[in-house]
Amino acid sequence: MYSFSAEEMEAIRLSLRVATIGTLASLPVGALAAYALARWRFPGKFLFDGLVHLPLVLPPVVTGYLLLILFGRRGPIGAFLESTFGIVFSFRWTGAALAAGVMGFPLLVRAIRLSFEATDRRLEDAARTLGANAPLVFLTVTLPLALPGILAGLVLAFAKALGEFGATITFVSNIPGETRTLPTAIYTYTQVPGGDANAARLAAVAVVLSLAALVISEFLSRRITARIAG
Amino acid sequence: MFDVAVRKVLGDFVLDARFKSKAAVTALYGPSGAGKTSIVNAIAGLLAPERGRIAVGDTILFDADNGTDIPAHKRRVRVVFQESRLFPHLSVRQNLLYGRWIAGHASGKLDEVVQLLGLEDLLARRPRTLSGGERQRVAIGRALLADPMALLLDEPLSSLDEARKQEILPYLEKLVGAARIPILYVSHAREEIERLADTVVTMDGGHVKSIEEVRR
Repeated sequence: MYSFSAEEMEAIRLSLRVATIGTLASLPVGALAAYALARWRFPGKFLFDGLVHLPLVLPPVVTGYLLLILFGRRGPIGAFLESTFGIVFSFRWTGAALAAGVMGFPLLVRAIRLSFEATDRRLEDAARTLGANAPLVFLTVTLPLALPGILAGLVLAFAKALGEFGATITFVSNIPGETRTLPTAIYTYTQVPGGDANAARLAAVAVVLSLAALVISEFLSRRITARIAG
Repeated sequence: MFDVAVRKVLGDFVLDARFKSKAAVTALYGPSGAGKTSIVNAIAGLLAPERGRIAVGDTILFDADNGTDIPAHKRRVRVVFQESRLFPHLSVRQNLLYGRWIAGHASGKLDEVVQLLGLEDLLARRPRTLSGGERQRVAIGRALLADPMALLLDEPLSSLDEARKQEILPYLEKLVGAARIPILYVSHAREEIERLADTVVTMDGGHVKSIEEVRR
């Protein structure tokens, strides 16, 4: 019961890698989108906001299908990325990371946007009068003050990525060692006779990982908040 | 030297003010809502007038006629705000050195300013743990250490109780005596102005009502 088979270990390791890389890779884009939504006024903002939230409201299978159409080897973006940078998403773990990142994206953006909106603009003005240009104001004032929110967003997105099933299986299928993450592995075990114990063990792992992410983020967030509060 | 002529419509409020002062310390005096803070923001580059011209010393910071508008971060006009606006995620020492850190080169002597303002025991602390008076002293130090070409103090004492005011006024008098840059001191308290300023610009309802010399 307490030792994992090679197959199970593979699914756990793959899941952690896919969720971590998918979430971290979406952070710069997510932070920029959050900043734009919190601070800028631009034509089509309403539409952009909707687009950001789309993965949250669409059936995951549809998101996976759209990823397949766009990022598949014959898709417009997929073909371009393959011929230009040699990056392939379809039926690879990178594709699973992309799906995980996309599904967590709305949660990431929402949390970061809230903390950008809550940042005291008067402190940013003070920084400007002390000589900081816009990028330096962002790096030395806005970003540090928004750190707890960014962290919260990262954890939410990571947890979402860890549990992502529908978009992943639609986009990159269920290939052992390549795209068989925890949820798809659990699903696979429930479909074969005698797989119940494996499914239960992996389900327990998923619970532990999700809880650990939550506890770590709470701990870090408290430390950061305490530091800011002095 | 301040040479300010600005017009700006802010909702129902019309700021239309002009004054010139060659004094070392110019006071901007008037009731709250007179437009004093808007003047400070315009000189600092945080508020763009619709019309007018702003010069400090020999530097033209803003001139609507020829499109001059030096961005706030390049003006070297340092502000002490009414509510301090210290950076909560930085220590007192880091707050004091923020301007130097941004500029990437040393300017002003930390030790001198720390001594002038009596900040020796506060350097390692966080802004949240400071009293109102201590915060304002740190904010003044932060402005002084950022290589200022002018200093704007926007009601630095108004959020403090009487005892705290009396605690800081001597520091301000020392500062005014030692500074070699023009200072604009905003206040609605006559006593502060009489102790600190050479010229008083009185404002009301967005306009300058009078400009007078103070005998000290």
